Amino acid sequence: MAHDPKNSFQGLILTLHEYWADYGCVILQPYDMEVGAGTFHPATTLRALGPKPWNAAYVQPSRRPTDGRYGENPNRLQHYYQYQVLLKPSPPDLQELYLGSLRAIGIDPDLHDIRFVEDDWESPTLGAWGLGWEVWCDGMEVSQFTYFQQICGQECSPVSGELTYGLERLAMYVQGVDDVYDLNFNGGSDNNKVTYGEVFQQTEREYSRWNFDIADTDTLLKHFEDAEEECKRILDADAIDPKKDREIIMAHPAYDQCIKASHVFNLLDARGVISVTERQNYIGRVRDLSKACGEAFLKTEAGGALAEA
Amino acid sequence: MPDLLLELRSEEIPARMQRKAAGDLKKLVTDALVEAGLTYEGAKEYWTPRRLTLDLRGLTARSADVKEERKGPRVDAPEKAIEGFLRGAGLSSVEEAETRTDPKKGEFLVAVINKPGRAAEEIIADAMPAIIQNFPWPKSMRWGEKSREAGSMKWVRPLQSIICTFGPETEEPVVVPFEVGGLKAGNVTYGHRFHAPDAITVRRFDDYVSALEKAKVVLDAERRKDIIKNDAKNLAFAKGLELVEDEALLEEVGNLVEWPVAIMGEFDEAFLDIPPEVIRLTIKENQKCFVLRKGALGDGSLSNNFLLVANIEATDGGKEIAHGNAKVVNARLGDAKFFWETDLHAIKTDGFAPWLEKLNQVTFHAKLGTQGERVQRIMALAEELAPVVGADPGQEALSGEAAKGIKERAKRAAEICKADLNSAMVYEFPELQGLMGKRYAERAGEDASVALTAEEHWKPQGPSDDVPTDPVAVAVALADKLDTLVGFWAIDEKPTGSKDPYALRRAALAVTRLLQENSIQINLQNWILRAIIRHLKSQQRSAHPLWPVYVCLRLNNHQMEYLSVMVDEVVSDHDFKFNLDAEAIVVGLDGNSNPATAIAASSNYQTEEILDRFPAPNSIVSDLLSFFHDRLKVYLRDQGARHDLIDAVLSQSSEGSPLSPLVGEMSAQQTEGGTSPALDQKNASAASPPLSSATTSPPQGGRMGASNDDLLMITRRVEALGSFLSTDDGKNLLAGTKRAANILAAEEKKKTEVADAISADLFETDEERALFDSLEEAENFATQAIEKEDFAKAMEFLSQLRAPVDAFFENVMVNAEDTKVRANRLALMKRIRDATGTVADFSKIEG
Repeated sequence: MAHDPKNSFQGLILTLHEYWADYGCVILQPYDMEVGAGTFHPATTLRALGPKPWNAAYVQPSRRPTDGRYGENPNRLQHYYQYQVLLKPSPPDLQELYLGSLRAIGIDPDLHDIRFVEDDWESPTLGAWGLGWEVWCDGMEVSQFTYFQQICGQECSPVSGELTYGLERLAMYVQGVDDVYDLNFNGGSDNNKVTYGEVFQQTEREYSRWNFDIADTDTLLKHFEDAEEECKRILDADAIDPKKDREIIMAHPAYDQCIKASHVFNLLDARGVISVTERQNYIGRVRDLSKACGEAFLKTEAGGALAEA
Repeated sequence: MPDLLLELRSEEIPARMQRKAAGDLKKLVTDALVEAGLTYEGAKEYWTPRRLTLDLRGLTARSADVKEERKGPRVDAPEKAIEGFLRGAGLSSVEEAETRTDPKKGEFLVAVINKPGRAAEEIIADAMPAIIQNFPWPKSMRWGEKSREAGSMKWVRPLQSIICTFGPETEEPVVVPFEVGGLKAGNVTYGHRFHAPDAITVRRFDDYVSALEKAKVVLDAERRKDIIKNDAKNLAFAKGLELVEDEALLEEVGNLVEWPVAIMGEFDEAFLDIPPEVIRLTIKENQKCFVLRKGALGDGSLSNNFLLVANIEATDGGKEIAHGNAKVVNARLGDAKFFWETDLHAIKTDGFAPWLEKLNQVTFHAKLGTQGERVQRIMALAEELAPVVGADPGQEALSGEAAKGIKERAKRAAEICKADLNSAMVYEFPELQGLMGKRYAERAGEDASVALTAEEHWKPQGPSDDVPTDPVAVAVALADKLDTLVGFWAIDEKPTGSKDPYALRRAALAVTRLLQENSIQINLQNWILRAIIRHLKSQQRSAHPLWPVYVCLRLNNHQMEYLSVMVDEVVSDHDFKFNLDAEAIVVGLDGNSNPATAIAASSNYQTEEILDRFPAPNSIVSDLLSFFHDRLKVYLRDQGARHDLIDAVLSQSSEGSPLSPLVGEMSAQQTEGGTSPALDQKNASAASPPLSSATTSPPQGGRMGASNDDLLMITRRVEALGSFLSTDDGKNLLAGTKRAANILAAEEKKKTEVADAISADLFETDEERALFDSLEEAENFATQAIEKEDFAKAMEFLSQLRAPVDAFFENVMVNAEDTKVRANRLALMKRIRDATGTVADFSKIEG
């Protein structure tokens, strides 16, 4: 069966989709921008704000330029997949729901040691924090489980539960593979089998080189400034669109620029051109953008402004 | 007597918080019940990752009736006053109050309030919601639908259920009804998350505990720990291995499981090449597993087996769990091996140079420059300290060849002591800093004590950590800590209250312990000043170009003489971009004229401008010194010394010291004397009186001015004082001195005249004469003894004062009728106080 998570990376994804779709989540597609984690997807960051209920699940390709190892390390990647679930408000049986999803992909808690180990989550660039756990399966961290308390500098009301699965790790576990590049991607056998390495090993090499040595830092610095500038400009625009003669607050386009600034910062970090003191400064600048975006979102319909009015 | 069972069941509580939380629960509940008038026989708290439980026995069933009387105003008091009284007492009319009579007050009102006792259930139900709502978690959170509401309930993780049952042993307990955060107290709990997911109804603690045990939950954390320890030891023994015990890890692991199952795992033997500390750290910190060593039959080295503690009895006996954990451990050790080999390769091909170079690019602190600059400062200080540290206790600093050798080693050791911060291993495992430095230094063929220093200069890390003894390590450790303390003092980042983010208290305690436990005598003020100058020197690029001028302006002559070599170095290092006569500074160093005024005269800068720009080093010196004194007090108290003796010695010795009064005190003295030469730059000339002439006052008459910045000598003096005071002579002399001081204080208060000097002509009795002679002699000898730092001897001389002091008080009236005689006798009293003051301020001593 091509969908069996035991021998198919995509099968793992499809199984999770099915599980969370059954629960009632909107199954979204990855956000079409470079991000460091699934949390950055506006379906999490922005939708975790405001009073409206929201249940969503999606895969998000995530980029961590500093983790690049030229395709040579069996565990580390600069580009990998996260499976992200956001449930707002957090349901009372969230832990059981999560364990149900592990059972669905073939991890039996009577055979494997599943543990919830303290983890205080914090994202200084997003002005966000929450409490929860790393979930361990036989000593390996396979997920992060967080009750969001604050996002974009705004108190979460109500609180969302966020589940983030490290898909490659889970797949390696479920498939019993020691090297990420040996993962069976499509569930095929013999000639029909496509491995993770065939899909991603070359790109890992290419991006590692670019991230570490080639990316032009001056260009990146300029990109950062531009994105910051544009984000502020968008938010400074009049809330009323004169053409449509109605209020159109552009929280999402502004937030795109915030994501961009954040990712450019990660690239600059990987190039090693940001000193310790500058680092705080950059993080603070991105946080300021994300806060402004969060505030803007709360004034929109999806942010609950009209619902209250 | 009824018992109370309370359980707060939660999603997984962080391991490190459980023990304290359970203790807090016990205290909060028992305090609240006692406060409400209940008593109990015993209380014991329990915890697991998913529950806090309180077993409260022998609670009184209800609180006693209380009759309270409240006195009110007089019956004829204004109406408003009476109304207020009635309202406060909860009475509706005057008729409800009693009227009493008092001879003083006349007729007045009394409210008699009868408070009937309340049922324990009611008290519990009342108290619990607030206790749970306001539970003192270090960090708490909101969750779920309720979190929409402002002020919604917070807990460490979502709280899932509450058990609260109450009742005597002979009857069916009842559920105490209360509600908090949408949860109703009940009598239902759940067992192990995977093994026993069904609801369990409980009555009281005994059936609760056994039901949990059946549901694979060991409630008692101590029992969980015992199970882990025993099973782990047995598993190890069966393989001929020994468990490397680790109490902190055991505590943590015990609080990560409800049903502990020890399982043996195995990692790839090839990883045993990695330093064992790295393996231990990886397995312990990252995987929370125990390491094992080869037992009696082996060589005691680390085994490639490890012990993990699972939370389930797995259906396959734990094979999958062991396999999964081994995979993670292998992956982590694979990383570690890669870092270790990368570092070794780097050391072998390029030595330490590239890592040292990189230190220049790493910021130590935004205001204190790079790690590279820090290392330069530590090198310079360590090099100077080494001959002092290397000398035998009580001996002069080393000189000649002996000094040369140790200076070189200290300098090199300081140079490479932070290099491992740039190794791949330490980048990944910061906890290994120092240890890796030593390993790499050994591999690089460094001198043994240089390599040792890379590890030991970080010590001692706390009150119970080992103190280095190798002189090179001690010198670098002292230099490192002094540099850090001075740096953070200079940028005003001192510890405040409970905040000490740079662990400066620990650093000062470390200096104290290094000096005490190695019997090293140094004048801390001098070394603090040296460290300050090093800081200024390393900041010269970023600081104001006038910094050497500043150095000279801020130091007094005495300090500059002492530090002349350094100041020289500082001055000659500078490129003098401004118009400044370097000669003038050097002339100033001779002490013949004032360098500061000379500099000011030949430069175009306003002196105030320079002085304003930087903190005064002398305020740093005195402030930091008193910080050291505080650490020393804590240290000596821990060693069992009497705090009053420490105060007595410190308060005496702060009277005078070689380098004080400090420049910080200078301005006050200068304003007394008119225009300050330092601040009056326009009039400055070489003819001006030396800047610091007013400040280097000689020791006051009679005062010894033993230094208060030699921590070792302070300790010795406390010890000598302690043993002196345990003798009869000591006790009597203390009493005599106190008597003298009291008389003197009383008369001084009355403004009675005290003679400036004692005049032998005015003596009327032999006792006066004898006392005077003894005082002269004792003070003289004591002073000499103290100069030789022989405090026991000094005490011995003082003890000779006992007889004449006693005789004086027995036979002589201080308050003679003749005012001159009286003034003379009071001067004698003063002399007694001063004489004993050579060793300690006796007024600070208790008893």
